[in-house]
Amino acid sequence: MTEQKKPKAAAPGKKPAGKPLKPKKPKILRQSMPEQPPEQRIHNFKEVPYGFPLEMARFEASRCINCKDPKCIEGCPVEIDIPGFIIAIRDGKLEEAARIMKEDNALPAICGRVCPQEDQCEKVCVIGIKGEPVAIGRLERFIADWERENGRIVIPDIAPPTGRKVAVVGSGPAGLTVAGELSRMGHDVTIFEALHKPGGVLMYGIPEFRLPKAIVEAEVDYVKSLGVKIVYNAVIGKYLTIKELMEEEGFHAVFIGNGAGLPYFMNIPGENLNGVSSANEYLTRANLMKAYDFPHHDTPIVKSRKVAVLGGGNVAMDSARTALRLGAEEVTVVYRRSRVEMPARIEEIHHAEEEGIKFKLLTNPTRINGNADNWVESMTCIQMELGEPDESGRRRPIPIPGSEFDIEVDTVVVSIGNGANPLLTKATPGLKTNKWGNIIADDETCETSLKGVYAGGDIVIGAATVILAMGAGKLASRAMHKYLMSLKV
Amino acid sequence: MNKILKKTELSEDIKDIIVHSPVIARKRKPGQFIILRINETGERIPLTIVDSSPEEGTIRLIFQEIGKTTYALGDLEEGDTILDIAGPLGNPTHIEKFGTVVMVGGGVGVAVVYPVTVAMKAAGNNVISIIGARTHDLMILEREMASVSDRLIVTTDDGSYGMHGFVTDALQALIDEGVKIDLCLAIGPVVMMRAVSSHTEKYNIHTVVSLNSVMIDGTGMCGGCRVTVDEKTRFVCVDGPEFDGHKVDYDELIKRQQAYLPQEKQSLEQYLKEREKGCALDAKSKELQVEK
Repeated sequence: MTEQKKPKAAAPGKKPAGKPLKPKKPKILRQSMPEQPPEQRIHNFKEVPYGFPLEMARFEASRCINCKDPKCIEGCPVEIDIPGFIIAIRDGKLEEAARIMKEDNALPAICGRVCPQEDQCEKVCVIGIKGEPVAIGRLERFIADWERENGRIVIPDIAPPTGRKVAVVGSGPAGLTVAGELSRMGHDVTIFEALHKPGGVLMYGIPEFRLPKAIVEAEVDYVKSLGVKIVYNAVIGKYLTIKELMEEEGFHAVFIGNGAGLPYFMNIPGENLNGVSSANEYLTRANLMKAYDFPHHDTPIVKSRKVAVLGGGNVAMDSARTALRLGAEEVTVVYRRSRVEMPARIEEIHHAEEEGIKFKLLTNPTRINGNADNWVESMTCIQMELGEPDESGRRRPIPIPGSEFDIEVDTVVVSIGNGANPLLTKATPGLKTNKWGNIIADDETCETSLKGVYAGGDIVIGAATVILAMGAGKLASRAMHKYLMSLKV
Repeated sequence: MNKILKKTELSEDIKDIIVHSPVIARKRKPGQFIILRINETGERIPLTIVDSSPEEGTIRLIFQEIGKTTYALGDLEEGDTILDIAGPLGNPTHIEKFGTVVMVGGGVGVAVVYPVTVAMKAAGNNVISIIGARTHDLMILEREMASVSDRLIVTTDDGSYGMHGFVTDALQALIDEGVKIDLCLAIGPVVMMRAVSSHTEKYNIHTVVSLNSVMIDGTGMCGGCRVTVDEKTRFVCVDGPEFDGHKVDYDELIKRQQAYLPQEKQSLEQYLKEREKGCALDAKSKELQVEK
């Protein structure tokens, strides 16, 4: 490991401390992934980064110092043995790297692409204290892609059947994780998915250019190869209820991971004009229904010239970049706070800017104006300024009186978040929810107020990230296993 | 699953299919709908469940060929399978003994009125039904409606059958007769529902309408089916499909239904063109087989 010891980086303007006897080894910088140039990619839906070539991946992996007390593992909601797989990549033991990673994460090609590593594993990486952290996410993606593209996916050992049946509601990141884990423990797991495709938000929400759907399907196939069954078009609460699953269909336990799935609107005049949609609708048309391929695919999507996307999160960036690829001339993200408060990942904002997305910050829409045919024509906004911090710790935006102005738009995509969809909870008597409609579940075990019923992901914590949902799935699987094994069957 | 077991033509462009879908057949209640997708490149469209047989595990769907998807659905034959069917969705109709209920159905909307009429009759109501069509050939389910109504009035716009006029004329005639109406349920084209509602509002007759709007998931996730009712935004898929007819913003609904009209037209034209070509190819291949 000695070659990993690097001289401490000097602070700018200071002479390095100590007296190096040997000439310094050149410091390896964090490697960037090659990617499609912006002017090219705005005309297609292909993935933006190409991923690391093998040499680059090994080079990047060599930046990991394999610390004794790896903080990155603690920083990962599913506790992947990060140094383990990175050192294996460095040493060229790719199969081993893949195996180590899959031990804790069934969906690495997805996580490697959409996890906010800068707030998790990479945030606490020791290398990051004095320089840039090891590109853990990019390496995760690399090894997952290598494994899949080279047909090296190995099905791990699966425990003998326990005779216990588990129903999982929703095939998003939480559901897939809990299903995969429980299946490996020998339980008979069936996922009930409301839509006609698996993956939840991974399929309907995140665009092809950020997360190719073939990759989602491949990772879902892996989960299926662990023995998990998926029933599509099954809207639990309507098709069957939780009670029916347990009392009539013979499931011993249920995990609810049906996601947030209730789009918020601004509640301003003009929101029901034609040309206004929720980001959920806009992205579902484009991603799940492949409206970008209309008329080859039947689902249409509005043809836009000038698009305003309301909101500052990752979904807003996804909507804006989708609009551009659908042929819009001008796409503007309208956000009521300032740049630093934008919840989107820096990488997403960066990609959006590179592609020519405009940002109108400290701006809040107050009305959407339509023409005689009920189509959007313009949007009235008001300028905001930042006041004192609110309960979220971010400075509260306050409207500046008399600062209203109009912007010309023909499409408005509302991307200000999602609440808890009440369809399932309303149909499940005894399942306790909080005042926002989120299911109340134990932090450690994901147990709900109903015996044998567990819940995790966005339906519990509110709209969050893929990896947090997966973390909940992992926690739930441990608690559910214990519960299932305590039952006499 | 989802196999078409029986197909009947009710009129030139209205088809009636019986589909194998055991769980939905068991679970559905009057007023609920399904969302279907015919094939891998297909769109998702909502259709009301007309009837079901829990014993045989089947549901009955009636639809008018209007756009590409309904045309393609109409082109499926007995033995063919619909790729995806999700349901039962939406809230069931509120059924109780109201007294005298008037069920108004227009065009293919009669297919949506029918299951609710069955339930209203079973709940002990005095059921008067008014069903209307543009012309006699387009009149559907007359016999079925008659069998579950205490009284059935049939209207055609052109006078080719039954009473000459609109369903609202028949409704007015009932009111003029002095019939005390406790509830009116109107389902059909939006203009018809608007006309019936504005009519009944004058007489303070509580009126329920069933709306059909653009939908994708049908679970409240996309919000594409937004409609303004009583000045509030509601989702047809999870808050409806039935609403107080006196409070719906029909103008907005009509315009929202037309949001994708140019694309829908393009899609349909392309489908019909390909279908014609497909038929020609079919005939050609048959010819070749004969020659062999």
